[in-house]
Amino acid sequence: MSLPHPVLASFGGAIEFIFTPQTSNVTGGNKVGGFDKSLELVLKHLEVTVIALAIALIVALPLGLYLGHRGKGELFAVGIGNAGRAIPELAVIALVAVLIGVGLQTVAPALAILGIAPILVNTYVGVRQVDPAAVEAARGMGMSELDIMRKVELPLAVPTVMGGVRAAAIVIIATATIAPLAGVETLGDFIINRNVYGENGLLAGAILVALLALTIEGLLALLQNRLTSDGLKLKTV
Amino acid sequence: MRIDQTRVRVLLAALAALALTLGIAACGGGSDTSSSETSEEGGSGAAIQSNPENGKVSLTIGSKNFPEQEILGEIYAQALTAAGYKVKSALNLGSETVALKAVKTGQISGYPEYASTALTSFFGLEPEEVPSDATEAWEKANEEFEKEGLEAFEPTPFASANAVGTTTATAKKYGLKTVSDLEGVSEKLSLYGSPECRQRIDCLAGLEKLYGLKFKSFTPVDISLRYTVLEKGQADLSILFTTDPQLSAEKDKFVILEDDKHVFPAGNIIFVTKKSVAEEAGPDYEKTILQVQEGLTLKVMQELDARVELEKETPKAAATAYLESAEYIE
Repeated sequence: MSLPHPVLASFGGAIEFIFTPQTSNVTGGNKVGGFDKSLELVLKHLEVTVIALAIALIVALPLGLYLGHRGKGELFAVGIGNAGRAIPELAVIALVAVLIGVGLQTVAPALAILGIAPILVNTYVGVRQVDPAAVEAARGMGMSELDIMRKVELPLAVPTVMGGVRAAAIVIIATATIAPLAGVETLGDFIINRNVYGENGLLAGAILVALLALTIEGLLALLQNRLTSDGLKLKTV
Repeated sequence: MRIDQTRVRVLLAALAALALTLGIAACGGGSDTSSSETSEEGGSGAAIQSNPENGKVSLTIGSKNFPEQEILGEIYAQALTAAGYKVKSALNLGSETVALKAVKTGQISGYPEYASTALTSFFGLEPEEVPSDATEAWEKANEEFEKEGLEAFEPTPFASANAVGTTTATAKKYGLKTVSDLEGVSEKLSLYGSPECRQRIDCLAGLEKLYGLKFKSFTPVDISLRYTVLEKGQADLSILFTTDPQLSAEKDKFVILEDDKHVFPAGNIIFVTKKSVAEEAGPDYEKTILQVQEGLTLKVMQELDARVELEKETPKAAATAYLESAEYIE
C-alpha cells in the first residue's frame, strides 16, 4: 500500500483515474474519470489543436513566405510574432465569447493566434536564410517569383519552418486546457474542475496533456524529416 | 547567449519581487480609521474600533475568484484592517477545495463559504439533506469543521443558491415557472453552466437524477459568461445565482425557475477559519466579522454585486462603499 514517496503515490492515483472511474464527493454517487472519459477528452483536445494549428498555418505560412521572399517587413513579421506570444489567451477567449459566443468557433481561432507567432517568425527567418545564390540561379533559369518561393525557398527553409510549427503545436496543446471555460470540453476539464475530479484528476489531466504534446512533437519531427530534402540533411549531419 | 538568459532571469525576478511588494503594500493599505466617539459595541452601524493590541496579528483573508466572493473578502479584510489587524488578502482561490486547503495549511487565515457548499462539497451531504434553516445548516457544518480543528462563524443574513435561468421569452414560449415544468421540453433545450456543473449533484447531475430531466446539450462556460450565452441566444437555459443583480436590474429580460424539488440548496455565508488562528487573533476577529456582515441582506448583496458586475466597480471600491454607508468605517 505504501509507496516510497507521496509524489509517486499521487502518480499512482492519477494513472488509476485515467483507466478506472473514481468516486467523487460532489456527484451524488456518480463516478468520474475513467478510460472512456479520458479518451473522449483526448480526442476533443486533439481536434481543437489540429483546427487551431491549421488556421495558424493558413495565415502565417504564406505571409511569412511572402515577407521573407521580398526581404521586407522584418520589423512587422518579428514584431507581430513577438506580440502574439504576449497575448493573454484567456482575455482573447473572453472577448471573442462576448462578441460571437462560445464554442469551437471561438476557441479555435483564439488558440490559432498563439500559433501564428512562432510559424510567422520562423518562416520569415527560414526564407531569409536561404542562400541568395540558389535564388539567383532559379531566377536565371527563368522561374517565376511564385515558383521561386514554392520550389526553392520553401523547401530550403523547411527545417526552420517546421521548428516554428512544432513550437506552435506545443503552445496550442498546452493552452487548449482553458477551452472548457468557453464551451469546449478538452483535457482542461480534468484540470479546472478540482472540486469534481480531485487531485488525481488534476494530475491525470496534466499527464495526458504532456503525453499528447510529446506524441504530436514526435510526429511532427518525423514529418520534418520526411519533408527535408536529402541535400540539406547531408549538410547538417 | 547564456549570460543574456541569466540577465533576463535576474531582471524578471527583480520585477516579480517588486510586483509582490507593491501588491502587499496595496493590500495592507486599507483605511486605518480609529474612531473614538462612539462607545457602542457590536451593534449594527457602530463604527469599528481600532485596537492597538491587534497590530501584532497578521491575517490573510481569502475568497474564491468570482465577484460576490471577492466583495465579501474585501469587506472582511477592510473591516479587520479597521479593527487594527495587519491584513493581507488572497481573493483569487480557484475553488472551495483549494480554499479549504489554504485554510488548513495556514496560507490564509479564513475565507467566506456558502454553508450549503460546505455541507455538500466538504462533508458529502446530498443537496436535499441540507437544512433550509440558516442556523441549522451552520451548526451542522460547524460540527464537522470542529472535527478538523476548524471553525465557522455565524451565517450572514443573505443566502445564495444556483438556479436554472432563462430569458422571459423562452419561459413564456414553453410556459416555464418551475424546474418541473421543463419535463417534456428539456430535450429541446440547451443548458449552459460552469465546467463543473455537469458532474455535480447540486447542478446538472441533480437535475437529471432528481427531476429526471434530459437536456438537448450541456455546454461548459466560464461563470462570467452565464448571461452572455443567454443574450447571444446560444443557451436556452443557463445556471445563474439567486443573488445576481441582473435578475432585478433586467427583470423583464431574465427569469429563474423555481427549484420545486430542491436540487439547489440555498446557502448563507459562513466565515471559515482555523481554531488556532481565531485564538491567536483574539476576540476582535470574530466580533468584527459578525458585526460587518449584519448588514448583508439579499437586497444589499444584490446591490453590491450590481456595482461590480454591471457598473464595473472594483470589488474593493464596492466593499469600501458598503462599509462607509453602514458607518462601520469612516
